[in-house]
Amino acid sequence: MTELSAHLPQFQHGQLTENFPDNHISNTNDNSERRRHDNSERRRNDNPESETNGQPQNNVQQVVEQDEEEDEELTLKYGAKHVIMLFVPVTLCMVVVVATIKSVSFYTRKDGQLIYTPFTEETETVGQRALNSILNAAIMISVIIVMTILLVVLYKYRCYKVIHGWLIISSLLLLFFFSFIYLGEVFKTYNVAMDYITVALMIWNFGVVGMICIHWKGPLRLQQAYLIMISALMALVFIKYLPEWTAWLILAVISVYDLVAVLCPKGPLRMLVETAQERNETLFPALIYSSTMIWLVNMAEEDPEAQRKASKNSSYDKQAPANQTQNEDAEADDGGFSQEWQQQRDNRIGPIESTPESRAAVQALPSNSQTSEDPEERGVKLGLGDFIFYSVLVGKASATASGDWNTTLACFVAILIGLCLTLLLLAIFKKALPALPISITFGLVFYFATDNLVQPFMDQLAFHQFYI
Amino acid sequence: SEKENFATALPRVNRASGVWAFFWLVSLLLASLIWFVSVHLSDREDAKLQYGLLVFGAAVSVLLQEVFRFAYFKLLKKADEGLAMISEDGRSPISLRQMAYVSGLSFGIISGVFSVINILADSIGPGIVGIHGDSPYYFITSAFLTMALVLLHTFWGVIFFDACEKRRYWCLGLVVASHLLTSGLTFLNPRYEASLVPIFIITFITGLWAFFTAGGSFRNILNHQCRGVGKGLYFQGG
Repeated sequence: MTELSAHLPQFQHGQLTENFPDNHISNTNDNSERRRHDNSERRRNDNPESETNGQPQNNVQQVVEQDEEEDEELTLKYGAKHVIMLFVPVTLCMVVVVATIKSVSFYTRKDGQLIYTPFTEETETVGQRALNSILNAAIMISVIIVMTILLVVLYKYRCYKVIHGWLIISSLLLLFFFSFIYLGEVFKTYNVAMDYITVALMIWNFGVVGMICIHWKGPLRLQQAYLIMISALMALVFIKYLPEWTAWLILAVISVYDLVAVLCPKGPLRMLVETAQERNETLFPALIYSSTMIWLVNMAEEDPEAQRKASKNSSYDKQAPANQTQNEDAEADDGGFSQEWQQQRDNRIGPIESTPESRAAVQALPSNSQTSEDPEERGVKLGLGDFIFYSVLVGKASATASGDWNTTLACFVAILIGLCLTLLLLAIFKKALPALPISITFGLVFYFATDNLVQPFMDQLAFHQFYI
Repeated sequence: SEKENFATALPRVNRASGVWAFFWLVSLLLASLIWFVSVHLSDREDAKLQYGLLVFGAAVSVLLQEVFRFAYFKLLKKADEGLAMISEDGRSPISLRQMAYVSGLSFGIISGVFSVINILADSIGPGIVGIHGDSPYYFITSAFLTMALVLLHTFWGVIFFDACEKRRYWCLGLVVASHLLTSGLTFLNPRYEASLVPIFIITFITGLWAFFTAGGSFRNILNHQCRGVGKGLYFQGG
């Protein structure tokens, strides 16, 4: 269900080099900087003239071949950048969850189960336990499927207010109630004396700022931090209230569901994404972690809201080349070229500044590019459900494994590798992909393998103080 | 072009994160699988046999680690060639030496972390080291051994890649042999004089070897010093 996608810069590079193909070649002849500059000056002056002469085609053609090669480079560069942009929040979320599990005993104490998993796992026989956990998983998955379909139906029939309300209620619940419980348990663990008035003030501030950041506008970093926190809180709830076998089963089934829902033509999530694309809207920003921010000028009416339950399985696709109506807000007026990119360009074609004049000249050229987005704004997006389920896996591993830290680490590495692979596939296929299957599969395999095979081995080695 | 994408995306991703810890983990998994199977097929009560199986398991693990290092090298080489093909001047923008260093370092880190993290976690809790007659220096020697191992993995990575690159197979054999030797020396614990000291000597020698393999020389060090001190004033040249 959850998926991520990235839109990669196609023609940005091409636009700029259109002006300076000569420079690129002359660069390798070790020209002096000044000569390069002169060239560029002449080029810039030439272009408006060639335009008026009605012969801008030569420029365009000359660089089309260059474009394709440079395309590959950029694809990979941005691919790598996106990997890091996602590694950090996923790691942070997992670290928060593992730290809480290890220190606050509340989340590993068995205090009953959710109503979605009515069958208990404290049974006499193994067979009974297996049966119960399968039933639990089945019920949970059907609830999720029903909620997702409900969400898609509501979205299709434009019941934005209902979705809006639903999402607000769920974020209220998460931000106020669950964080209140979390805070209480942390205080209990560290034996900190606290009065209700201070707690009320803290929770009130935390919650209100969170609501504003997630559902309306706020600094990007703050919004990301809040999204990470609510994912961690949700994951902790799952870890506490899901019995063991049920949890593993649910993780396995939900990755299959994710695969089906996103890739099948009639899958609910795919329909959601396609509907959003048709209507030229972005999906619920509060359901999705985004590494960059887009300020939309015409996103007037309602902000498509984020959700809770089924929203965990929200999907996102940002592939629309039809985003021409958006007005991007570049952070700095450097034309949207990132520092890295600028350095690379400088290395290749000499130090040339992207000044407003040059940009105007470039934009005046008839280009065959469809987008004029800056690379900055094309971040990667990952659904919050992915965060939650990754953290559930790692948290469960750290809570119940006999291998303790070894198992936790192995699961952590496995999930990150899975995420890496998914991003690689994203760079290759360039469409919305489910982010759960690969990571969860690796995570599960590594959990069971490390817990049962590697742990006894390492234990014996450590006992004798052997090193391998 | 999809294949190119994949091959070329790898090194970038590699540089972005020590993803190659994964390879080490897989090798460890396979080795433990072999050990586990062998233990279950054998007589559990026989202590000597179990000890022997453990040694066997450790040796298998060392060999598998080197095999995976080689596999990683092959993968990187392919990616390197791919990149070189599509770049304009026929050279790939990634440096194989950097890759060697990163690979060795990530192997070392994951290996060190796996060896030591449970010990670290236990060292917080209440307890007395060696109360049952074992050595009271368990923690500190573990720390030193782990450090030596991390450094060794880094050096081995550099030497290994260089040897594969230049097809000096005797170098490869030497790396594998020194890994086996280091692992074997740890079997002499807790007689720490017999294990720690030789291991550190090996670390130092391997370090020097890696330094020269990576292209360093005494001259470089001297130049570095001169430049540092005199800021050009005392620079003697050469």
